[in-house]
Amino acid sequence: MATFVDRYPAEAKAIQATFAVAFVSLGIGALFGAIQALHRTNVFRFMDSVDYYTLLTGHGVLLALVFTIFFLAGVFQWGITESLDTPAPDIRLTWAWVGLMTAGATFAAVAILAGLFPEIPMSADVLYTFYAPLQAHPLFYVGLAMFIVGTWIAGADWFLSYRTWRRDNPDERIPLQAFMVLTTMIMWYVSTLGVAVSVVFFLIPWSLGLVDTVNSLLTRTLFWYFGHPVVYFWLMPAYLLWYTVLPKLAGGRLFSDPLARAVFVLFVLLSTPVGIHHQYLDPGIAEGFKFIAMTNTMFLLLPSLLTAFTVVASVEHGARQRGGEGYLRWLGALPWRDPAFTGMALAGLMFAAGGFSGMINAGMNINYLVHNTLWVPGHFHMTVGTAVALTFMAGTYWLLPQITGKAVYSRPIGLLQVIVWFVGMVFMSNAMHRGGLLGIPRRTAEPQYANFDFAAAVGSVGELRMQIAFGGVLLFLSVVLFLFNVAATWADDRVGTPVDDAIPEPLSPASGAPLVLDNLALWTLIAVVLVVLAYTLPILSIVSDAGLLGSSTGSPVAITLEAVAETVAAALPGVW
Amino acid sequence: MDIHRYEKVWLAGALLLIVGFIATVSYGAVGAGITMVNDEGGQVDHDSLDEHPRFSEPGTYADGPNEYDVYVVAYQFGFEPGTQEPIRVPAGSEVTFHVTSRDVTHGFQVVGTNANTMVIPGQVSTITVRFDEAGTEEYGLLCNEYCGAAHHAMEGRIEVVPQSQWNESMEVS
Repeated sequence: MATFVDRYPAEAKAIQATFAVAFVSLGIGALFGAIQALHRTNVFRFMDSVDYYTLLTGHGVLLALVFTIFFLAGVFQWGITESLDTPAPDIRLTWAWVGLMTAGATFAAVAILAGLFPEIPMSADVLYTFYAPLQAHPLFYVGLAMFIVGTWIAGADWFLSYRTWRRDNPDERIPLQAFMVLTTMIMWYVSTLGVAVSVVFFLIPWSLGLVDTVNSLLTRTLFWYFGHPVVYFWLMPAYLLWYTVLPKLAGGRLFSDPLARAVFVLFVLLSTPVGIHHQYLDPGIAEGFKFIAMTNTMFLLLPSLLTAFTVVASVEHGARQRGGEGYLRWLGALPWRDPAFTGMALAGLMFAAGGFSGMINAGMNINYLVHNTLWVPGHFHMTVGTAVALTFMAGTYWLLPQITGKAVYSRPIGLLQVIVWFVGMVFMSNAMHRGGLLGIPRRTAEPQYANFDFAAAVGSVGELRMQIAFGGVLLFLSVVLFLFNVAATWADDRVGTPVDDAIPEPLSPASGAPLVLDNLALWTLIAVVLVVLAYTLPILSIVSDAGLLGSSTGSPVAITLEAVAETVAAALPGVW
Repeated sequence: MDIHRYEKVWLAGALLLIVGFIATVSYGAVGAGITMVNDEGGQVDHDSLDEHPRFSEPGTYADGPNEYDVYVVAYQFGFEPGTQEPIRVPAGSEVTFHVTSRDVTHGFQVVGTNANTMVIPGQVSTITVRFDEAGTEEYGLLCNEYCGAAHHAMEGRIEVVPQSQWNESMEVS
């Protein structure tokens, strides 16, 4: 029986390329993560703390942007081609975006990693959020812009496939996976506009010296205009896998196609007009705008809560098909030996916990307590770091055979790998949440201060540090096992039927969904209106307060140790 | 659209949870009076803070009966005051911090409390807090936004002085 690579060899090649870039980034990013976990907890330090920020920038960019987006681009290409049963309109277009995204990511990575070598006059230690007036080398911003434009071309490629399919199937419902890809890309187009404007119109000219100053609050607000929807850009492909693949792996079928469509429409509408909730503690933004963002954010819980219902119901249905019975005993009937199933199930479980910590973050006034503390990375290592990353790794065990024609090298290693990830993350993120409540800051190489200590109500700070370091090492081991398994699979020979790739029809089929759900133009229009409502006044006010270009000249990130030591010595005579 | 009964129950529960969250946050804002950092601090020219009436001489200003305004300038890599000498505030009074930056974006977090704000060049962040201690108490102060290569060294102290020991030498006049 033929699988994807036999039916669409050219598309499969492109997907292999995106997966390869994703996995290389995963390996480097995870190595950096382990070094950071050991460094900031003071368990093992072998580099200077200045380099910590280089690795932290690399960790954020390589994992949160490069790994996730290259992997999801592969998933989306697969989902579009497979569910529409339509080849790419022109495979050269597909390779164009793969190439542009890869070149952009490489530029950004080179600018970041050059920070490790003082003899190279290039640095981008500005972290994943690149808040101006900290200034990176222009190559960093240019790379980011190329990367984003690459994703736009990818979206165009998928919409062209859809157009071809629509011409041949004028009266059909959009197949569910294609619907998910297209709605996610609409959200992405709307939301990347912010970061594109920030990078292309402000940061690139400023880093090249064409303009002297930037408005720090404006570029920051434009970043967060993109910075929240990007988390849904990571999450939507995970949802795509949970809705369409996980029920099948569990032995059943999706509970409800209409509800899945409704959920994706809600994400198109609500993902973007919420970004200001990352700026609850920013000056220069009136409280009313923050309140609007808070309200929208709370309603954004709805599609995720609905997803929890549908996914659990679908998995339960699968368990009952396999003979599971009772209120909870059906859990035992699930295919727990299958790494693809177990990984996604554990990812979903941890997403429930991460969702609850996110609800705390969204609570505007309680946010004072956790803002920029270790609680925040504790939260997003459960969400993007597990709900998304673990789902992607688990999904690989089912997708890689389809796009390579090769069976997974070792399912037991795969199973061990997803469990080690889950256990490592329980240790690390739980300790990070607790540390955040004590006031331990995030993004800090040495959260050990001369003037004060952090007081733990339960346990001790030392115990939290050990848990973070231990968890971080387990996570890195998990990635090593994963990459080994992937490489060994890839090196194997083709087989006839590498995996059962059939996806059964949902219990409630698409025909039950109102036609309006498939009206993509309508949802795009409403999404744009909501964004205009949420952002026009705050942005106008920020621009009228401090000017379009503001007054912040660049503060290039320091690249020599001596300069840093001198600055610190000048600032802290009492301590040194 | 066909919605299963359990789905309807779940949907209703989810909406109730969401409305409940919005209600508690609204109560926190209106009932408990927790205002958010907002645009009231206004803007300053971060290059000419030395011409500003208060930021040119940052420190604690007595501005009313039992009301104090503390002006703090954040910089790479310290707070003035805070780092070289502690910020001093009298116990049991209402203290409004006005914080700005003369270079890049910083954070201003009083360790172990919910006094926390972003500090953005060109903008003034204001937060009003009460220190209700009876005796002398010290708080740690740290920068919680990455601000450059020695970000981890950016820290300070806040000294809460009992009313009886407070004197005008601790104020800027």
